[in-house]
Amino acid sequence: MLRKLLSQWPLLRQIRSGADGTGVEAMSVRTRDLAPKNVDAEVTRSICPYCAVGCGQLIFHKHNKLVSIEGDPGSPISRGRLCPKGADTFELHTHPARLTRVKYRAPHSLKWEYLDPETAMDMVADRLWDARERSFEESRDGQTLMRTTTVAHLGGATLDDEENYLIKKLFTAGLGMVCISNQARI
Amino acid sequence: MRVTAFLTDSTLCIGCKACEVACKEWNEVPDDGFDWSGFSYDNTGSVGHSTWRHVKFVEQAPEAGLGGNDPDLASWTFSSDVCKHCENAGCLEACPTGAIVRTEFGGVFLQPDICNGCGYCVVACPFGVVEKRPGDGRAFKCTFCYDRQKVGLTPACAKACPTESIQFGEIESLRLKAKERVQELHARGMEDATLYDAADSSVGGTHAMFVVRGDPRAYNLPPNPECPTVYLKKAWTSSAVAAALLVGGSLIAFLADRKRPSR
Amino acid sequence: MPGLGTSFGRGGATTAQQDLANSDAILIMGSSMAENHPVGFQWVMEARERGATVIHVDPRFTRTSAMADIWVPLRAGTDTVFLGGLIHYALTHDKVFREYVVHYTNAATLVRDDFQDTEDLDGLFSGWDEATRQYDPTSWKYREAEGEGLTPADPTLQDPKCVYQVLKRHFSRYTPEMVERICGVPRDVFVKTAEAFTAASGHEKTGALCYAVGFTQHSNGVQIIRSAAILQLLLGNIGRPGGGILALRGHASIQGSTDIPTLFDILPGYLPMPALGPDSLDLQSYVAKNSSQTGLWANFDKYFISLLKAYYGESATPENQYGFHWLPRISGDHSHFGYWLDMADGKMEGLFVMGQNPAVGAPNARLERRALAKLKWLVVREMVETETAAFWYDSPEISSGELATEDIATEVFLFPAAGSAEKAGTFTNTQRLLQFREKAVDPPGEARSEAWFMHHLARRLKARAVGDARPRNAGLNALTWNYATEGRHHEPVIAEVLQEINGRSLPGGELLEGSAQLKNDGTTACGCWIYSGVFPSPGRNRANERSPKGYLGHGWGFAWPNDIRILYNRASAAPDGSPWSERKKLVWWSEQDRRWDGLDTPDYPRDLSPAAPADLRAGIGVTALGGQNPFILHADGKGWLYVPTGLKDGPLPTHYEALESPFPNAMHSQQCDPAAQTMARPDNLYADSPGDPRYPHILTTYRLTEHHTAGGMSRTLSHLAELQPELFTEVSPELAAEAGLDHGAMARVVTPRGEIVARVLVTQRMHPLWVQGRRIHQVGLPYHWGYRGLVTGDVVNDLLAISEEPNVRINETKALVCAILPVAVETERA
Repeated sequence: MLRKLLSQWPLLRQIRSGADGTGVEAMSVRTRDLAPKNVDAEVTRSICPYCAVGCGQLIFHKHNKLVSIEGDPGSPISRGRLCPKGADTFELHTHPARLTRVKYRAPHSLKWEYLDPETAMDMVADRLWDARERSFEESRDGQTLMRTTTVAHLGGATLDDEENYLIKKLFTAGLGMVCISNQARI
Repeated sequence: MRVTAFLTDSTLCIGCKACEVACKEWNEVPDDGFDWSGFSYDNTGSVGHSTWRHVKFVEQAPEAGLGGNDPDLASWTFSSDVCKHCENAGCLEACPTGAIVRTEFGGVFLQPDICNGCGYCVVACPFGVVEKRPGDGRAFKCTFCYDRQKVGLTPACAKACPTESIQFGEIESLRLKAKERVQELHARGMEDATLYDAADSSVGGTHAMFVVRGDPRAYNLPPNPECPTVYLKKAWTSSAVAAALLVGGSLIAFLADRKRPSR
Repeated sequence: MPGLGTSFGRGGATTAQQDLANSDAILIMGSSMAENHPVGFQWVMEARERGATVIHVDPRFTRTSAMADIWVPLRAGTDTVFLGGLIHYALTHDKVFREYVVHYTNAATLVRDDFQDTEDLDGLFSGWDEATRQYDPTSWKYREAEGEGLTPADPTLQDPKCVYQVLKRHFSRYTPEMVERICGVPRDVFVKTAEAFTAASGHEKTGALCYAVGFTQHSNGVQIIRSAAILQLLLGNIGRPGGGILALRGHASIQGSTDIPTLFDILPGYLPMPALGPDSLDLQSYVAKNSSQTGLWANFDKYFISLLKAYYGESATPENQYGFHWLPRISGDHSHFGYWLDMADGKMEGLFVMGQNPAVGAPNARLERRALAKLKWLVVREMVETETAAFWYDSPEISSGELATEDIATEVFLFPAAGSAEKAGTFTNTQRLLQFREKAVDPPGEARSEAWFMHHLARRLKARAVGDARPRNAGLNALTWNYATEGRHHEPVIAEVLQEINGRSLPGGELLEGSAQLKNDGTTACGCWIYSGVFPSPGRNRANERSPKGYLGHGWGFAWPNDIRILYNRASAAPDGSPWSERKKLVWWSEQDRRWDGLDTPDYPRDLSPAAPADLRAGIGVTALGGQNPFILHADGKGWLYVPTGLKDGPLPTHYEALESPFPNAMHSQQCDPAAQTMARPDNLYADSPGDPRYPHILTTYRLTEHHTAGGMSRTLSHLAELQPELFTEVSPELAAEAGLDHGAMARVVTPRGEIVARVLVTQRMHPLWVQGRRIHQVGLPYHWGYRGLVTGDVVNDLLAISEEPNVRINETKALVCAILPVAVETERA
C-alpha cells in the first residue's frame, strides 16, 4: 500500500523514468486532458461570407452555439485555406457589437426604442403599402407602367441568391418597385 | 509520436496575415491594441503576449518592370514569425514553477494554469517571443497548437495560410524540403535566399525554420541566438570567484582593521 | 457584365480560379488579387512556381506586385491605352493566334460602309447625337447580307472593312511611345511586358487575365474590360485551359446578385426589364426585340415565359400574355445613383437597405447621408448598427451642426440580420459557382435572414391585396408565394426557393434538369434559366454537393450554366474538333462516340459534330451555328472583337481620360467618354478638366486585405481592426517632400466634393510617373473607415463624385484628382 502510494510520488516517478521534469511528467491535469475545443462539436459545411473567392468553411457548433469556424480542406477552390477575414468569421458572428434586437427611431426622436419584431414588420408593411398607394402609376399615355418610383431598395451582393430572388420577385414583380440596386453594377 | 516543426517560406508569403487571425481565433487570443505603427502594413509590431504569429513587412524601393519575385530585387517581402520552440529553450529552463514543458511533438508549451507570472521566461527567451500580458499578469506565447496536434490536426496558422508559406510537418522531412527549396531558389537566380535554421547555435535547433531572401536579421531572426543557460557555467564560476574575492576582501579589511590602533 | 457579355455572350468570368495554375502567363490588372482575393491567389502562386510569368499592372506597388515577376506602374485611368498597346503589339508582332481568330472571332466579318471610327472622327464614333448625348448605333452593325446571302465576311482578313482591318486601324496609334506618353510606363518596361504576355498564346500556351473593380470603376469601365476581351480573343486564350478572363468579384454573391439581380434594368438570367416604349407594348414585341433567330437567344421566349410562370403561377396564361403587363416598366435611370439624387431632392418616401452601408461605401457619401434625412422612412437590415442606420444621430453632418437630429423626420427601422452560419442559402462565387450553405445555428435574439423578412413582408402585403381588383394589384395577387416555413422563427424553406429558381414542369411540378427543357407555352416555370439544373430532383441540390472530381472540381457545387467550369470550351479544340495540343486539351470531339467529350462539361450541343455546317440564313437556334462556332449566345457564334450591338459608347474601346484628369486626351480631342454621366450639381461638383491647378494630383481608392468594403463586416471585429487600425494615405517620398508631408503625421486630402484627414504613409511603393513630359504624383487611399466601430477614420468616399459609366452606371473611384496638404499639428484631430 505504502509502496504503491510512494510509486505515484512524482519525484520517484521522475527519478525512475529518467525524465528531467520538463516533459509530460510536468504537465498539469489540464494540459494532459487538453483537447481541441471542437473535438466533439457538430460540423456544418459552409461558404465564407466575405469576398467572392468562395472558400469552403467548416462550422463547428455545439448545442446551437458556434464553437469555431475554419477552412474546409475538401474545397477544390480554397483547399482548406482562409484569408484573415475568412479566418475571422467566428468573431463576425459572435462579437459583442452584433445586433440582436429590432430598433426603431420615431420621426424627430433623439433615441432608439425597441420594437417587437412582429409589430415592426406590420409597421413596415403599412408604410410600404401607403407609399405605393400614393405613388403608383398604372399606365402612362395608354402604355403599361405598373410601377412606383418613390420606394427603393439597395443591397444584394452580400445576400443569398434565394434572398435576391425573393427581393426582386416581391418588390418588382409583385409591387412594381423599379428602384432596385446593389453593389454589383459590374 | 512524430516530432514536428514549422517551415515558414517567406518567398511564398503574400503578407495577408491570415496566420495572425487564425491563431487568435483558435487560441482565443485578445487583440493587441489598435495602434497604427507606420511600419509598412504592420500594425501588430512583433510576436508577443497577444500576437503569437506575426507577419513582418520589409520594404525596399521597387523599380518599374520588376516585381517582387524578380531574382535581383526583392522589393517588398513578408515573413510570418512565430515562437521557435527551441531544443534548448531558455524560457523552459528559466521557468521556476514548471509551467513550461516540452510536449511529445517537441514543442515548448506554456501551461497557463501553472504560470504564476514571475516573468523569468521573458528575459530568458533569445528571440523575444514570450511576454507577460498586461492585465492578466501571466506569460503567453505560441502553443504550437498542442491541443490540435494531439489529435493530428495542423496548427491553425499553417492550416489557414493561403499560399503554403507556412508549412507544418515532421521536422526532418521539412528540413530536407527547406534545403531543397533554397537550392531551387538559387537555381532561379535568387542567390540571396537562405535557410534560417538555428541548429548550430546554443539553442540547439528549433522547431521553426525560415526561408528568407536577404539578411535574416531584417525579419527579426538573430544571426546567433543564444540560450542564456549556456552562460551558466561561466556565470557560476564568476560568481564563485566574486564570492571568494568578497570573502577574501572582507577578511583583509577585517584583519587590516584589527591591526589599526584604536582611537 | 456587358463588357464580358457583349464580347463572349455571358456576363461572367470565363474560367475557374483553379485553372489559373495551368497558365503560362497571368496578367493581373485592375486588381490587387493577392490582397483582395488571397485564397484565390494561391492558384497564381502555383502557376508562378511552375514557371508562369506573373505580371501586375497597377498604379501602386501592392502585395500583388510583390509576388509578381513584372510590376508595371501606370497612371490611374489609362488602362485602355495600356491594353490597346498590348493589342497593337500582338497585331504588329505576329502574336495573333490566327487560326483561332479566323474561325472563332468576328475578325472576318465586314462592317457597314457608313461606320466611322474614333480615328476618323477625332474621338467619336459615327452616330453621335450631341443633342441627346447618345449614340445611334445603327452604323456600327455588320454589313447586311444581300439577297439570299450571308453576312459578308473575308476569311483572308484583307478587306479594309473586315473587323480585323478595322481593329488594326483603330489601334494603330497605340504604340509603345503612346503608352509611355499617356500611361507613364517606360517604353522598355512596356515592351518587356508585351513580349511576356503575348508569348502565352498559340497551340501550346495560354495566358489568363484577372481583373476586378480596378477595371470596372471607371467612367469607361466596360470598354476597359472590352480591351481585355479583344486581347484575349486575339491571343486565342478564351475557352482554353490556363486562359480566359477571371473577373474577380468583391462580395460573396456579387456574381449571384447580377445573375439573379437586385438591379433595376434586368430580370433573372440577364433578361432585360421591359421598358416604357414601343419594344414592350406587348409580349410579342418584347420577345421579338430580344430574341435572335440563331444562337441560344432563339430561346428567349422560353426563358422569359418560364420566369413569368414562376412569378405568377396559374394566373399567367396565354390570354393575359403570361402576366407581361403586371411587370413594371422602366424609363430612364432607376439605379442607385439615379434614385439617390431623387432622394436628395426629397422625391423619395422609403428605402430598404440590406447588407450595404452607403453612408460610408457609396461615392459622395456625404450627399448619400444627407439624402437619407429626406426620407420618410428607412429600413436597414444588418448584423451591426452601421453608419447608414445611425445617420440621424451620428454623422459628420450631425457633429458639425449642419444637421440636427430633432430636425430629421426620417423614421428608421433597424432589423438585426442573420449571418452566413445562421441561415441556409446559396452564394454564387466569382467563377459562377453556386455553393449552398447549410444553416449551422440559430441567429441570436431577433436576428433573422433576409428570406424571413421578405417572406413575412410578402405575406402581409398579399393579404392586403386580396379582394382588391384594381389593376395595380393583379400582379401582387397573382404572385406565387407558398413557401413552407420551418423552425421556431418560421424561416421559409430555402430549398423550395432554389427549386423555384431551378424550374419545374407544369402542371406536374417535376423539377427540370436544365434550361434545355424550358418551353414557351406555359408548361414550364423557371425563376432563373441560367441556374436551371442546380436542383434536378427533389433529393439532389447540386449546389450542396461536396464530392469534387478532377482539377475543375466537378461534383463540388454547380457552375452556371450546365455545370460548365470553363465557358466557350468548344474553342479549346481546333475547328476539326481535336485539341489544339495535348498540353492544352480540355474538350474534344470523339468521332467514335459521335459526341463532345473531355475534362469539362462541353459548352456546346453534345452531339453537334464539328463537320455540321452552319446555316445562319434559315437555321434556328444553336444548331444553326454549325459545329465550329464556340460562342453560342451570339447569333453568329463568334467571339466579338468588334461589338456591333449592345453597347452605348461604341463598338470598340478607345482612350478617354477620366472625368477628372490632370491631362488632356493625347489621342484625340474628345476628352472623356461622351456617353458617361457626370451628374454634376452643386452637391456633386467636379474639378475643371483637364488640369485643374487646385487639384494637381491623381487620387485612387482601394481596399486592403485586412478589411472588407465599407467596414460593416470588419471594423467591429477586434482581430481585423487591430491589423489596420487607422485610415492612412499612401504617398511617395517625392510628393511628401514637395507637399511638406511627414510620415505618420496627418494630411488633408481635398477634392471638390469635400475633404478628409488621414495619416500619412510615405512609401517608395508609390512612384511619381512621367506623363506627357511632366512628373505626376498619385495619392492612394483605402476606403474602409467610418466613424463607428472599433477603429474609425474619415469617410474616403466623401471625396468621390457620383458619376455613371454609360452601360452599367458604375461610378468612377479609381482615377480622380485631389490636393494633399499637411495638417498643422495644433489642429490635428484626436
